[in-house]
Amino acid sequence: MLAHIVRRLLQGLVVMLAVGLVSFSLISFVGDPVASLLGLDTPQEAREELKEELGLNDPFVVRYGAFLLRAAQGDLGLSYTSSRPVVEVIAERLPATIELTVVSAVLAIVLAIPMGVYTALHRETWGARLLLTASLVGVSLPTFVIGIMLILVFSVSLGWLPSFGRGELVRIGWWTTGLASISGWKSILMPAASLALVQMTFTMRLVRAEMLEGLRTDYIRFARARGLTNRAVHFRHALKNTLVPVVTVIGLQVGTLLAFAIVTETVFQWPGMGLLFIQSVSTVDVPVMTAFLMVVGLIFVVVNLAVDLLYLAIDPRLHVTQ
Amino acid sequence: MSELASTSGGVGPRSVWQSDFVHRFRTSPVAVLSALVCVLFFAGALLAPWIAPTNPYDLKTLNLLDSRLPPAWMPEGDVRYLLGTDNQGAGVLSSILFGARVSLLVGFASVILSMIIGVALGLVSGYFGGRTDAVIMRMADVQLTFPAILVALLLGGIADAALPEHTRASFSILILILAIGVSNWVQFARTVRGSTLVQKNREYVLAARMMGLSDLRIMYRHILPNVMGPVLVIATIGLAFAVITEATLSFLGVGVPITEPSLGMLIRFGYDYLFSGEWWTVVFPSGALVVLALAVNLLGDWLRDMLDPGLR
Repeated sequence: MLAHIVRRLLQGLVVMLAVGLVSFSLISFVGDPVASLLGLDTPQEAREELKEELGLNDPFVVRYGAFLLRAAQGDLGLSYTSSRPVVEVIAERLPATIELTVVSAVLAIVLAIPMGVYTALHRETWGARLLLTASLVGVSLPTFVIGIMLILVFSVSLGWLPSFGRGELVRIGWWTTGLASISGWKSILMPAASLALVQMTFTMRLVRAEMLEGLRTDYIRFARARGLTNRAVHFRHALKNTLVPVVTVIGLQVGTLLAFAIVTETVFQWPGMGLLFIQSVSTVDVPVMTAFLMVVGLIFVVVNLAVDLLYLAIDPRLHVTQ
Repeated sequence: MSELASTSGGVGPRSVWQSDFVHRFRTSPVAVLSALVCVLFFAGALLAPWIAPTNPYDLKTLNLLDSRLPPAWMPEGDVRYLLGTDNQGAGVLSSILFGARVSLLVGFASVILSMIIGVALGLVSGYFGGRTDAVIMRMADVQLTFPAILVALLLGGIADAALPEHTRASFSILILILAIGVSNWVQFARTVRGSTLVQKNREYVLAARMMGLSDLRIMYRHILPNVMGPVLVIATIGLAFAVITEATLSFLGVGVPITEPSLGMLIRFGYDYLFSGEWWTVVFPSGALVVLALAVNLLGDWLRDMLDPGLR
């Protein structure tokens, strides 16, 4: 058990080191810091001197170590475009992305689990077939197309919902939330819905498959033999056991969620980290790009670790095999 | 379709399999319809320079007086431009035909790249087993937790940032193919590894070994033809995925160059004019993209049920 946790922590550390290496390579090979610091008419000796002073002549490993040390202390450099500390810029954008992803994940889970259960229990009905076909259409619908169509219908044609931004924000300490005002909820509705759709098709199919599997097991047969009602069998026994893998897999999908958050944020001009990343790519703002990489890597590692531990805690069978 | 059937030869007695295949294809309306749509798209994309009503790349033929025309059936529409025109005066229908060309080029090329990487790694992994297998499968696990679109986005973004401005345009399609191709090999590798594990203990492989053939030759000439069936299914579904990924990346601005717009790029152009009422510049390219992806997905789904009902 403990060994497993330690191994997981080490794996997370390796992932972070790898992400750090990619980020650092990006910083060191893209652009020339000496050229950007000094004027064109600076003599060659002065250039060499500055290079030495900045530690650019040190071996790669030494510079990488120094970079990691600074990163661990929360120093990821200055943004090229705004000249502000990158950590500050990212922290400002973090609440928007977290609110968007959490609302969409809740929306997806609340809708997809009942749909998955329904399609598993009533396999041959028209409703179930319709939902399954719809999920195949959903897989073929790119996120940004869904977003654009939502804007076209609800903002351009009907004028009901705003097409960009987060609405009125309320500041709580360093955190800004849009969920405390009506305009904030109106603004989050479409982005969250289009991001939720990505997860829904997938979650629904997973719940369905797990339910079908669960309904075939012996303990379900025994539960029926004991004379339990259908309702108790389906929800107390089958669904409950289904939820463990489903919750785990949803947790492990955090990478997909973050990736599609970039797309959704771009379509709806949602001022989160994803939009910041796309802007930094177009302006070649390398420090911001690398910081985004590191933050996403960190979120990813932490969520994976949490899900893993949760899984260990929930499923007693894993204790035996360890 | 006959093309697809012949490339997966070697699965059982061929003529019987093929006639059965054709029969089941003919009796499935979904398969026929989606195949028809795919063929239409492929033909339209291939023949775009000859069949498109106008050439959207040829700036000399564009007339600004023709810009922002609605589709032909609307009051102000023009019969020359069936689906209307954009703000440059280029016909939307022609742009879609040329755009599908770029989309499908990137799609096919990246799927082929994923297939080569995935099949090679899967074969090696399954055939040699042991430590090689463990390393490759761990790599696959890691890759799988990072969604392909994020990997492609990062690769594309990094390459964009790393390359100097003037070389970027000429390389960007290549980078795009590389990014999508590299980020999507895991499915191929896993499936091929599974089938290879089964095949490598068959008599014909043992016989080939006893004849003293090299490992490379056994893998390539003997095992490979027998594991290609499922690969075809994954490649089909992978094509839909690659086309969608390309469109998404182009929409985000890290995809194809502006000079050669794909469907995703056209949607991006249209998106900028969303509020000026020119819905046709965004709705038609989006529709084309979704119909193409859906048709390819349906075809892949059907193919999967056909080749191996137990695959998933």
